[in-house]
Amino acid sequence: MNTVGTETSGTDTATSGASGNEALARLRRAASHRLFWPAVILVGLMLVNLPSTPDYFSIGVRHGHLYGSLINILIFTAPQILVGVGLTLVIATSGIDLSVGAVVAIAGTAACWWVVHASDQNAATTALAAAGIGLAAGLACGAWNGFFVARMGVQPIVATLTLMVAGRGVAQLIGNGQIITVNSSSYALIGGWWGPLPSGILIAAAVVVLTILLTRRTALGMLIEAVGGNAEAARLAGVRATRIKMTAYIFCGFCAAAAGLLLTSNTSSADANNSGLWYELYGILAVVLGGTSLAGGRFHIGGTVLGALVIGTLNNTLFALGVPSQSNLVFEGGVVIVVCLLGSPKFRTKVLNLRPGRRLPVPAAPTTEA
Amino acid sequence: MTDPSPVLEMTGITKQFPAVRALDGVDFRLLPGEIHALLGENGAGKSTLIKVATGVQESDAGTIRLGGVPVRFPAPAAAQAAGISTVYQEVNLCPNLSVAENILIGREPTRAGRIRWKELERQAAELVARFGLDVDVSAPLDAYPLAVQQLVAIVRAAAVQAKVLILDEPTSSLDRQEVTRLFELMRRLRDEGVAICFVTHFLDQIYEVCDRMTVLRGGRVVGEHLVSDLDQGGLVRLMVGRELAELDELADHVRTESAQHTEDAAPALLHAQGTGRRGGIEPFDLEVRAGEVLGLAGLLGSGRTELARLLFGADQADSGTLTVDGEAVTLRSPADAIERGIAFCSEDRKAEGLIPALTVRENIILAMQAARGWIRPVSARQRDELVSQYITALDIRPANPDVLAGQLSGGNQQKLLLARWLITQPRLLILDEPTRGIDVGAKAEIQKLVVSLSDEGMAMVFISAELEEVLRLSHTVGVLRDRRLVATWANGPELGTDQVLSTIASGVHE
Amino acid sequence: MTAPVLDTSETPPKRAADRPKRFAALLGSKRLPVYVTAALFVAMYIGGYSRYQNLNFGTGQVVANLFVDNCYLLVAAVGATFVILSGGIDLSIGSMIGFTTMLTAFLVQKEHWPVLLVAPLALAIGAAGGALMGYVIHEFEIQPFIVTLAGLFLFRGLCEMVNKESIQITDHTVTRLALFHIQLPGDTFLSLGAVLSLVVLAAAVYVLHHTRFGRRVYALGGNEHSALLMGVPVGRTKIAVYTVSGFCSAFAGLLFTLYIQSGDPLHALGLELDAIAAVVIGGTLLTGGSGYVLGTLLGVLVLGLIKTLISFEGTLSSWWTKIATGALLLAFILLQRVMAAKRR
Repeated sequence: MNTVGTETSGTDTATSGASGNEALARLRRAASHRLFWPAVILVGLMLVNLPSTPDYFSIGVRHGHLYGSLINILIFTAPQILVGVGLTLVIATSGIDLSVGAVVAIAGTAACWWVVHASDQNAATTALAAAGIGLAAGLACGAWNGFFVARMGVQPIVATLTLMVAGRGVAQLIGNGQIITVNSSSYALIGGWWGPLPSGILIAAAVVVLTILLTRRTALGMLIEAVGGNAEAARLAGVRATRIKMTAYIFCGFCAAAAGLLLTSNTSSADANNSGLWYELYGILAVVLGGTSLAGGRFHIGGTVLGALVIGTLNNTLFALGVPSQSNLVFEGGVVIVVCLLGSPKFRTKVLNLRPGRRLPVPAAPTTEA
Repeated sequence: MTDPSPVLEMTGITKQFPAVRALDGVDFRLLPGEIHALLGENGAGKSTLIKVATGVQESDAGTIRLGGVPVRFPAPAAAQAAGISTVYQEVNLCPNLSVAENILIGREPTRAGRIRWKELERQAAELVARFGLDVDVSAPLDAYPLAVQQLVAIVRAAAVQAKVLILDEPTSSLDRQEVTRLFELMRRLRDEGVAICFVTHFLDQIYEVCDRMTVLRGGRVVGEHLVSDLDQGGLVRLMVGRELAELDELADHVRTESAQHTEDAAPALLHAQGTGRRGGIEPFDLEVRAGEVLGLAGLLGSGRTELARLLFGADQADSGTLTVDGEAVTLRSPADAIERGIAFCSEDRKAEGLIPALTVRENIILAMQAARGWIRPVSARQRDELVSQYITALDIRPANPDVLAGQLSGGNQQKLLLARWLITQPRLLILDEPTRGIDVGAKAEIQKLVVSLSDEGMAMVFISAELEEVLRLSHTVGVLRDRRLVATWANGPELGTDQVLSTIASGVHE
Repeated sequence: MTAPVLDTSETPPKRAADRPKRFAALLGSKRLPVYVTAALFVAMYIGGYSRYQNLNFGTGQVVANLFVDNCYLLVAAVGATFVILSGGIDLSIGSMIGFTTMLTAFLVQKEHWPVLLVAPLALAIGAAGGALMGYVIHEFEIQPFIVTLAGLFLFRGLCEMVNKESIQITDHTVTRLALFHIQLPGDTFLSLGAVLSLVVLAAAVYVLHHTRFGRRVYALGGNEHSALLMGVPVGRTKIAVYTVSGFCSAFAGLLFTLYIQSGDPLHALGLELDAIAAVVIGGTLLTGGSGYVLGTLLGVLVLGLIKTLISFEGTLSSWWTKIATGALLLAFILLQRVMAAKRR
């Protein structure tokens, strides 16, 4: 869809036409793809590691498990991918969900609470029920947000802010302020190894694939984009926008809950304070890096995955270079701003001297203002 | 009146928007001590011209002279500082601030940086009293109805030492008495030498208060007259423009047919009885039969769009009953109406029609898909077939379903929206100003389409500001004025433009 | 040309004839949330008094401590009030406070800079940070929440760049300032921080209600487009608003340092939410344009009283504070929605 416009983007250099310009035009065409820069950053970050970690790209097998730097990054990134995917749909409806971090904590503690209070912690049914409870908690949180945004018409930032504030408190309430430690082999399996692969990778991959199927094989994706692109026009075209938004928030809650299960199962403990901390920020960053506009409309699940991988690799690289973990935030804050600036039409015209939008093979330029 | 040198002189003003040339070499002169009407239908370029004159937008070409000196207005504040004061169509005040603050913001009396509230309110009260307005200046603006807010806006504009006062449809929310008061004030200001540019859709008002007029159509000036030189009929003709000769045959076709239609006892597809909405449109009765084109004529703000929105469930009626196929229905949302085979193309393509970030393909399929629900997607094959079929049938250009809809020209956007609805095979299609702001060729195509669709048995409601167009295409003609449906006639050779025009202009049903 | 002289022969206006009846307008009144908050505060206080009478809840110091223990929150919330009134939002408040504590502690304790030099420097950095965010928001038309979110990241990260671990301050000047008390009648006292926060509050009341800048902030929040058409310098005002917020955050950071006498990279984590909650509970519309700084004080006091009550209760744990804050925030947002619906 986005590639259409690039067909003739070389025309602006045609006047000074030379073969060198053609290569330049081709490069520019590639560079204008929305995933070009995130991909370049990802590859660049990986290469940075190569001198200090020569076997950075190698993946081995140890005790029947895959291991290697890349695998570690994937394990670390899986919950963030989950949150990012859910957030992508919410942002596509031109909304936002600031409560994902809190929902991660609620779902995780709720599940662990169940396991601790079960008669037999190790039973498979215990783990399944716990997972069910965690996911149900996530769905409930999503429905709560959706209710206030879609039905009551409260601004998304505000509606989800309340759950962001109160949610951590709720999580602490469930855990009675303590870190809940579970001792359940079956629960640990949720975030453990499934065959040679860590479960997180498989779960994240499954959710990503399912989401893509759910949105692109049905009409859900298009209707979400329609609502996010122009809510009133969508309503007048008969789209039941309330339901669509509700669905997006519930799905986001579900994804956050899955991330919560993964995190707590991984460590066999639930820390209401720190579980999912900063996840709303990582999630938004991943979505923005992936080329989905915060204003809503077009969304790109694959882009979000790439965005989350960039963040995961960045964190991993900084860690490997011995940079204190908190200063990752400085880099991430910088990245958010740079990405947003690059996406701002005003910045493009004023500072970069680029025409807003891409040129297209139609007589009229994009309508931006009437 | 002698011809003194103009206060405000705009020459060769051109403004190009991506899809349309809003102003094309417009010359506009405003003399000191005159009330000058700026006229034209929607899309004629009035708003853009005013935006250019007040610094909201900059023109692409042309010069503005104020008192003979060339000026540039990069921002509204610059125009204001130069002595151009404006009251906009919508109340552009801050509803949360007090009346006094709204009148004097930016000019608050201060002492050592501290606002002197007593003095501020005294000054404001004085200004308000001079206008004979009975408001508490310390109350927040939004405590008052819109009409009062509009008057406050006018007080604010008049309170500046303005050389030029631009009033952009200030009367749409005022009642008769308030209008009279406004006119008194305008005359007083004129006599003091202020040049007033007055935009209105109420033709009577022009004859009541204005001295000269400039008429715009399609971004060009089509006439500059003394009000005394041009009668109402002539003015409407100037605003609406001449018809296209090539489409005359359509008219004959429709008119010979319409007699049969009205005599047909076919049951009404849609029947409205006493349907209305407070503040939108007064209760009206209406019937549309299969294969019938119901044309609605009336000036902007006459309630034609409001009427259409009620029939589509875009707004909810608060009185009357609506029956579809003889069955009483309540339309709570557009989706309800669509379920019953009703479709609606909004006049505001950009805000209420198009989803610019989606492709042509997605935009076309949207309504059909929405009706099916997200769980049952239209298969890719069926979708592509339908889309390419309609792109060809309606000649949408570029004929590339992957282009983003926001990048089509106005006419193609309109055709795209038509395609969106035609795919759903509606039984009643409501078209609100489908030919506005699009080029002549596209206009003719859409008109032909309306005729052929009605021949196939589709019921239509066709709304247009262009009277000729309505008369040409409709079997039945309804006229709206002041938010009321004042007349409905069966169309026929005996129904002349003059009769309709005089009803639009006077509201009297002859 | 002279100002148009208008005829004064018209009948003088009957005062407030068009003004809606007071009683009927109560639900539409902009002050309603403030009244509700005030009533809530009184009810909570009476409830606490009757329950913990024997635990000296009735002493004046309990009330004075509301100011002492929440002085930094008050200053931060005052800054947030400016931003929210203008129709924006600032999520970087907590990080800015954390950064200021860290910077102050580092410069005073490790580098032995005089406090008198460090304090203005911290304030200047805060104001500059706010101004920069305001500039980006205005100049490039990026949503405030994302820009200030980036600010949140940046300043939190800068904390650790200053110093990895928490720094205890033992500097004499700081300790003396922290212990400085102002005696009030009735055997109560206020700390220096509490007094300074009240000074900031008074300044904010003056600026918002009695200067052109303050009224521009309201105009901006009422309708930005209208404000622009009315000739309000929108860009300058917007940048100034974020500058004020940055300044207030840094100021709150200094008070926090004084209160806790240390710098820590995790100080004031999530405090922006408390500040925003205080502003909303204090009756300021989140959509901007309506509200009072004094309402914000009430909001801070209510949040403070919740904390006090929970600590008096003893058996209730601290997380109830968060839940109660969130619930109150939600209740007031819904109240705003209902009022907006009534108005229309």
